[in-house]
Amino acid sequence: MSISRRVFIKDGAVAVLGFSALPSFLTRAVASTPSPTGSDPRVLVVLFQRGAVDGLNTVVPFRESSYYRLRPSIAIPRPTGRPDAALDLDGFFGLHPSLSPLLPLYRGGDLAVVHATGSPDGTRSHFDAQDYMESGTPGVKSTEDGWLNRHLQTRPGSESPVQGVALGTSLPRILRGAAPAVAVPEGGRFEVRAGDAAADGLEAMYAGTLDEALRGAGRGTFEAIDMLRRAAPGNRAAEHGAAYPRSRLGRSLQQTARIIRANVGLEVAFVDSGGWDHHVNEGGVEGLLANQLRDLGLGLAAFHRDLGDRMGRVTLVTLSEFGRTAAENGNRGTDHGHGNCMLLLGGGIRGGKVYGRWPGLEPEQLYDGRDLGLTTDFRTVLGEVLVRGLGSPDLGDVFPGFGHNPKGWLGLMT
Amino acid sequence: MPQSLRPQGTGAVSPRNALASALLALALLPPAAVEVAAQSVAVSAISSATRFPGGLPIADLSEDEAILHALNRLAFGPRPGDLERVRQMGLERWIRQQLDPESLPDDPVSRRLEPLTTLRMSPAELLERYPSPQAAARRAGLSRDAVQQQAEARQELREELEALRERVEGMGGMPDAETRRRLRELRQGMDGESMGGGPQTIQMELVQAKLIRAIESERQLAEVLTDFWFNHFNVNAAKGSTRWLVTSYERDVIRPNVLGRFRTLVGATARSPAMLFYLDNWLSADPGGAERLEGRSAARARVRVLRGGRPSILGGERRVPDQGRAMRRGLNENYARELLELHTLGVEGGYTQADIVEVARAFTGWTLRAPRQDPGFLFDARLHAPGVKTILGRSIRGGGQAEGDAVLDLLASHPATASFIATKLARRFVADDPPEALVRRMARRFLDTDGDLRAVVEAMVYAPEFWAREVFRAKVKRPFELVASTARALGADVLVAMPLVQWTARMGESLYLCEPPTGYPDLAEGWVGSGALLHRLNFALEIAEGRTRGVRVREPAELRGGADPLDAALARFVGGQVSAGTRKALEERMGSDAGMRPNTIVGLVLGAPEFQRR
Repeated sequence: MSISRRVFIKDGAVAVLGFSALPSFLTRAVASTPSPTGSDPRVLVVLFQRGAVDGLNTVVPFRESSYYRLRPSIAIPRPTGRPDAALDLDGFFGLHPSLSPLLPLYRGGDLAVVHATGSPDGTRSHFDAQDYMESGTPGVKSTEDGWLNRHLQTRPGSESPVQGVALGTSLPRILRGAAPAVAVPEGGRFEVRAGDAAADGLEAMYAGTLDEALRGAGRGTFEAIDMLRRAAPGNRAAEHGAAYPRSRLGRSLQQTARIIRANVGLEVAFVDSGGWDHHVNEGGVEGLLANQLRDLGLGLAAFHRDLGDRMGRVTLVTLSEFGRTAAENGNRGTDHGHGNCMLLLGGGIRGGKVYGRWPGLEPEQLYDGRDLGLTTDFRTVLGEVLVRGLGSPDLGDVFPGFGHNPKGWLGLMT
Repeated sequence: MPQSLRPQGTGAVSPRNALASALLALALLPPAAVEVAAQSVAVSAISSATRFPGGLPIADLSEDEAILHALNRLAFGPRPGDLERVRQMGLERWIRQQLDPESLPDDPVSRRLEPLTTLRMSPAELLERYPSPQAAARRAGLSRDAVQQQAEARQELREELEALRERVEGMGGMPDAETRRRLRELRQGMDGESMGGGPQTIQMELVQAKLIRAIESERQLAEVLTDFWFNHFNVNAAKGSTRWLVTSYERDVIRPNVLGRFRTLVGATARSPAMLFYLDNWLSADPGGAERLEGRSAARARVRVLRGGRPSILGGERRVPDQGRAMRRGLNENYARELLELHTLGVEGGYTQADIVEVARAFTGWTLRAPRQDPGFLFDARLHAPGVKTILGRSIRGGGQAEGDAVLDLLASHPATASFIATKLARRFVADDPPEALVRRMARRFLDTDGDLRAVVEAMVYAPEFWAREVFRAKVKRPFELVASTARALGADVLVAMPLVQWTARMGESLYLCEPPTGYPDLAEGWVGSGALLHRLNFALEIAEGRTRGVRVREPAELRGGADPLDAALARFVGGQVSAGTRKALEERMGSDAGMRPNTIVGLVLGAPEFQRR
């Protein structure tokens, strides 16, 4: 069989490989996309950790004795210099040891952390919380578009049809809206495998259909084909010796880097990362979270290395729908909580620092008596990144109903 | 049919009313449908009142449209000849049969499934015959190091395969001879391993069976509903031991109950090893109970399991220590939360975090016996949290195992549940944003019949909203629906199901592998992103041109006759109804490529926007 069952079963996602002799296709004339010349746009990459990552074991408050009291079997030990303990960041917080590839980036000033941040809405439903974080309007379900799309809508002079890209098969909530955006696979070839007339026929059918949803998807598809065709040749391999992990996340980050290198006018990219919901055997130094974080750390470090100097115009932020309970549950795991941490990587980030006001973990300091509290709204962090990093002209449109006050910014952008 | 099922006031529709409602529907239509509707409005308005004398309140659609609609919603799309067949027997009779699947003989499908032996095995048998590589090695007496080495060797093969794949892509999909040879070796090695009794076999047979049933079974509605309810009570086969439990879950828990009582269905899922494992309830314990448990010796606990549990086919001496026991130290909210949010009340159902904790407490003790050998339901009273639980303002007390059942009684009869289930069914079967009146009617039926799911589906099918012009072809097919309906439309012989299953995965729907407990979405925007759409188009062309391995497609006879092949293809695959834009695009392309093969034309029609909807 042309596609290994194993690959399909293992990651269940896209693993495309054809062995039949394929016509090298796509000779149709491509009106070249207006690629911004002169000044390359800055790029925002949003990496969403679906399932609610445990921020307290990602960036560990190792000076908090209550942290160790709440988590007798899954706490990360205080830094010892050895690889089975937290990696000291600032004398109070430490990275999970699986994130060791990120330590040099933190020390080099390219990586920052915001702690006790997230969405102020109290829901502990994955679905609702993700929805709110993607719409950018916590507590309001009627918002139709996503904040990343609204950001594109507010950009003056955005011309590229591929200014917004999501890695995966469908456009996530965060990128849906009036501004053009496309979903592209994280690997594999992306083209119509048929004769020219058939491919043209498909494109024309979708361009001319009155079915709005499908017309939009069709336009995105054929634009993405053009873009990836121009992004791909001679541009497949990572640069500077970067080695991405062979995971879906690794492939997504590598594909994102390729598209950035291709200079096709990308402004925002969205990378999905699943599997962060660890009710059982989340573990401490070892366990499910440790494995997931290893993948994340290796992926981000490879991305940073791959892009080299280009990283100066790229900012990557992580989001996750909520944090997890401050105390471990009965199964070496944690349940759904509230406050969380965000990682920020790249150009313009004043790294090497953990930002945010720490609310503490004593019983009376916990949200609902059980979760890390929230002292920085995720929109405050993103607002600063959008305005100071990407020159966003109007946060009021990106995050409607949120009173933006630059005085509340954390100063995490240079 | 029972009189009570007939919706009030819609029994007989006068031609004048029918015309009026058709015109009204037209006014409400999205632009996409207007053109299609305009062609058929005259016919439907005149014919409907006389053609549907039975209980089906069809006013806007012509007879053929109504049949196509039913085949697209209550089945996985029409096969060649289905339209005529249903027309002959009568649409209402066809629906009655579908609502009573046991009455429909299905022997050919049973014969096709015969060789898939894992479908008939219990979890214990599956664990015995298809152990994980680690368990197999242990059983063979291999040392820990040897097991580790084997695992590493497998991982190296896997990585080499991935690296080769990337190299091939760099070569534009055309590998050189050496690369081809090594790839073949690697794939044979891997296939050999997966065929040789690994747990992958279970997953492969499951997905094949699902596809075969969807394409070939006469009991189409039961198949659609099995897909719906599995998705509603989703479990992910890739999570730990779940892969040995999913076969039984679909066969014994979901399938027998899809037209039964909701309470029975939710109760069966609550007790199922798959759900107990997937949402972690088997590990949830009263913290005090865990201490009580640790106070006793592990040996005594084991003796109790051996006495109380069904004898394992492995025998006692093969028992590995129960890893769950060591971890069972406190409450786990995972199942309780999803039971309220996703299975019953819905997220707007008016519960609080305190309710979730109380539900979790009520379900402590609902666990698994011998999860790695013979994972059946077990109530372990020592893990159960004592004391009164207050849930949605009601007190549940002192009942041990019965407390979980009392919670399920409360939830299954709750109005919020009725409305949540009605909404989800209507969203799958009728429209992304289903009409409120329809949802209300279905929810009322749910409450009036004590959650009789057959009655709820009947209420939906006997509602005028189900047959309204504005919902005709309004649903985007999910990937599995697209793949199954394509194979059915082509009358394809599916000899090997895996390639079609892989297409389904590429389009975003990995069968039995949906990770979050929400299941896959039933909304269009989840399925028609640009990445997914390209896979849909390539799939249409590949299968129509006969390039899909293991799938035999005959060129439709009518395309070879004297008639215009495009007209013939459109008539056959989209009921002759396409927008002028689609027709024009197809005609132009065929004009520019006079030698276009009939099968390519079919591929284009199957790739058309119209075929992406049902």
